[in-house]
Amino acid sequence: MQIESLLQPSPPQTPPQTEEELTQSYFVVDPAQRWGSQDLSELWKFRELLYFLIWRNVKVRYKQTALGVIWVVLQPLLMSFLFSIVFGELGQVSSNGAPYLIFAFAGLLPWQLFAHALSTSSQSLVTDQQLVTKVYFPRLIVPLAAVLAGVIDFTITLVVLVGLLIFYGVSISAAMLTLPLWVLLLLGAAMGVGVWLSALNAQYRDVQYAMPFLAQFLLFATPVAYASDLVPAKWQLLYALNPMVGVVDGFRWALLGQEPRLGISPLISAIVVAILLISGIVYFSRVEQSLADVI
Amino acid sequence: MANFAIRVDNLSKQYRLGQRGGYKSLRDLLAEGLKRPAQFLQRNANQRDSSEQKTLWALENVSFEVRQGEVVGIIGRNGAGKSTLLKILSRITKPTRGRVEGFGRVGSLLEVGTGFHPELSGRENIFLNGAILGMKRAEIRRRFDEIVAFAEFEQFLDTPVKRYSSGMYMRLAFAVAAHMEPDILIVDEVLAVGDAAFQKKCLGKMDDVAKEGRTVLFVSHNMGVIQSLCSRAIFLRNGSVFADDSAAATVTAYLRTLEEQAVPDLMTRTERRGQGQIRLTHIDIRADENDPFSMLATGRPAQFVFYVSEIHPGMSCSFTVYDQFGQPVTYFDSTVHGQLDEVDSGANSDSKAKFLCEVDALTLIPGRYRINAAIMWNGEMQDHLEGAAFFEVAQGELMGRPVLADSGYGSTLLHHRWLRPV
Repeated sequence: MQIESLLQPSPPQTPPQTEEELTQSYFVVDPAQRWGSQDLSELWKFRELLYFLIWRNVKVRYKQTALGVIWVVLQPLLMSFLFSIVFGELGQVSSNGAPYLIFAFAGLLPWQLFAHALSTSSQSLVTDQQLVTKVYFPRLIVPLAAVLAGVIDFTITLVVLVGLLIFYGVSISAAMLTLPLWVLLLLGAAMGVGVWLSALNAQYRDVQYAMPFLAQFLLFATPVAYASDLVPAKWQLLYALNPMVGVVDGFRWALLGQEPRLGISPLISAIVVAILLISGIVYFSRVEQSLADVI
Repeated sequence: MANFAIRVDNLSKQYRLGQRGGYKSLRDLLAEGLKRPAQFLQRNANQRDSSEQKTLWALENVSFEVRQGEVVGIIGRNGAGKSTLLKILSRITKPTRGRVEGFGRVGSLLEVGTGFHPELSGRENIFLNGAILGMKRAEIRRRFDEIVAFAEFEQFLDTPVKRYSSGMYMRLAFAVAAHMEPDILIVDEVLAVGDAAFQKKCLGKMDDVAKEGRTVLFVSHNMGVIQSLCSRAIFLRNGSVFADDSAAATVTAYLRTLEEQAVPDLMTRTERRGQGQIRLTHIDIRADENDPFSMLATGRPAQFVFYVSEIHPGMSCSFTVYDQFGQPVTYFDSTVHGQLDEVDSGANSDSKAKFLCEVDALTLIPGRYRINAAIMWNGEMQDHLEGAAFFEVAQGELMGRPVLADSGYGSTLLHHRWLRPV
C-alpha cells in the first residue's frame, strides 16, 4: 500500500482539547425514554446554528424573484386595500373610528407572521429531513428558525405601518410602549403552534394538506378584517380561545390607540399560548427521540 | 478521566420494517381504528404493538471501546449495521437498548454537503454547512481561506450552488467538512466521491486528522484505505461484532468470510441485491475452455463465464476484480462494445444462457482475487453479488518475462519491453 506517499502535508490544526475539557464534554447516548426532555444548555450551545438557519430561511425566501423584498410590503398592503373595500366600503363594517386601511393593516401585521409561521414551521422538519437524518443538533431549532425567520418581514411591515400612522395623523400614545409585550405574545403563539405542527407533520403528513384550510379558518376566526367586538358577547369567551384574537386586539389597542378599553381576550390568549408552548415542547421532545427513524 | 474516548456497551437497535423511510398517514390509523376499534384503542393505550409488525435488529449487543487518539475502521457488507452504528454514535438516532458514553466534541460526516442549499452561493453555503457541522462562526471565518484553497476554486464563490457541477459541489462540501476540528470524528463512506486527485487529497486530510491525535471512526468498503489509515478495525456482520482486531487481521477475517460464502451454486446465496428477475446462477473461471478446473496464470489466457437464469434482450453483465487487500483492480462491462464482441445466437446445442468474457493474456500478478458481479436489464440492477467468485492466479510469464510475486506495488501488469543502455 503506497498511500502514504500520496499524502500532502497540510497546515496544523488546533490540537485536541486538554483532558479537563474532554472530561467536561462527556456525553451519553441512551435508549429513548417514554417522555423526552429538552436540554436548555444544549439549545444554547447550538445558538449559532439557529442563527444560520434563520439567516438561510430569510435569504432563500425571495431568491429569484423580480420584486424581491418588495413583496413583504406589497402583500399586506394589497390585502389591506382589499379588506377596506370589501368590509369597510361594501360591508360597512365598523373599524371603531380608525381609517379602515390602517385598521386592517394593524391586524395583518401580526397575522402575517402567524400565518407564515403556520405554513413554514409545519413543513420545517420535513423540508430539513436531510439535516435531521444526517447531523445531530437539538431538533427544536428547526421549527424555531422557521418561525423566527418571519420576524424580518414583520419588522419591515411594522416600519411601513408606522409610516401609514404618521400619514393618517394617528396620535402617539403611551399604549404604544406596550408593543414589545404584544410581539412577545405573538411569537409565543406562533412558536406554540409551530412546534406542535412540525412534530405532527413529521409523523402524519396529513398536516400539510390540512394546513391551507386551517390557515383560512383561523383568518376568519381572528379579527383581522373586522373588529373583535363584532362577535356577540356570549361567544366572546370561546372566541378568545384562539390566541390570535388577544394578539390582534392588543396590537390594535397599542398602535391605533382609539380604543380605551381592552377586553379579557389578551389574558386568555396568554394562558392559551402558555399551554400551547409547554404541551408543544413536551410533545416535540417525545417525537424528537425517534425522529430520524420516523420522518 | 477515563481512558476511553468512546465506550459502546451492549448496543442494540431495532427497526420496525416498513416504518423506516415511510410515514404513517392519519387515514391508515383511522381505517385501522374503524376496523378493530377495541384492539385499536388498546394498542394506542399500550403505545406500540410489537406483535404484528415485522422487526429487524440492525444492531445486536455491540460492545467495544475506543481509546483517545485511536483510528478505527468499521467494515462489513451492506446492511451489516455500519451506518446504524454511526448514526447512534453521532446521536442522530437513539438505540433500542444499551448505551454509548464518550468524551469530547463529536463531529460526524455521514454525508458530504448536508444542508447545502442550492439557491445560496458557495460562500454562503460554507458558513451554513460549517454551522451545521458544529463549527463556530469565528472558526469558519478564520479558516475560510483555507477551505476555499482546499476546494480549489475561488471564481465561483458567489455563484449559487445549483449552477455547480456535481464535482465542484462535492469539492466544496468536502472542503468544509475537512476543516472541522472535533475530538472524535465519525466518517461514513464519503470519500468515494470526486475525481482521483481529489480523493487522494481527502485521504491525505483524513490521515492528518488521525496523526493529530484525534479519535476517528471510519466506515469504508476500501480495504486498502482501511489498512493504511486505521490501526484497528471492527468487522460487523449481521448487526454484531464479528471481529475486532488490528486492521490487517480484521480485513483478512472479512475477506475470508466473503470467500467462505463463495459456494459454486450462486442460487443458494441470499446476500444479494437487485430486482431479481434475472439471477446469476453460476460462475466459471478457467484458463482453458475444455477444462473447467484449469488454473489461471499470469500471461496466460483466461475465461470468465457468467451463467444467468434467463435471457432478455438488452441485458448486460459487469464485474469488478478485487485484489486480496480489497482494492479494485479492473472492471469489465458488456454494455461497452468492442469490435471483437460477438452475440451468441444459440446455434450451438450446448449454449446455455451465459455471458463469456475472454482475456487473451491475463495481466494480473500472482495472487488471490475476488469478483463482484452484476446483471443489468432495463436500466435496473437485476442481480448483484459481492464476492461472487474467487480465483487464484499462478506465477507465469508476460511476453516471455517471468513475473515476480507480489512486489507491493500494485496488482496489474502491462505488456512492455525495455531498451537498456548496458
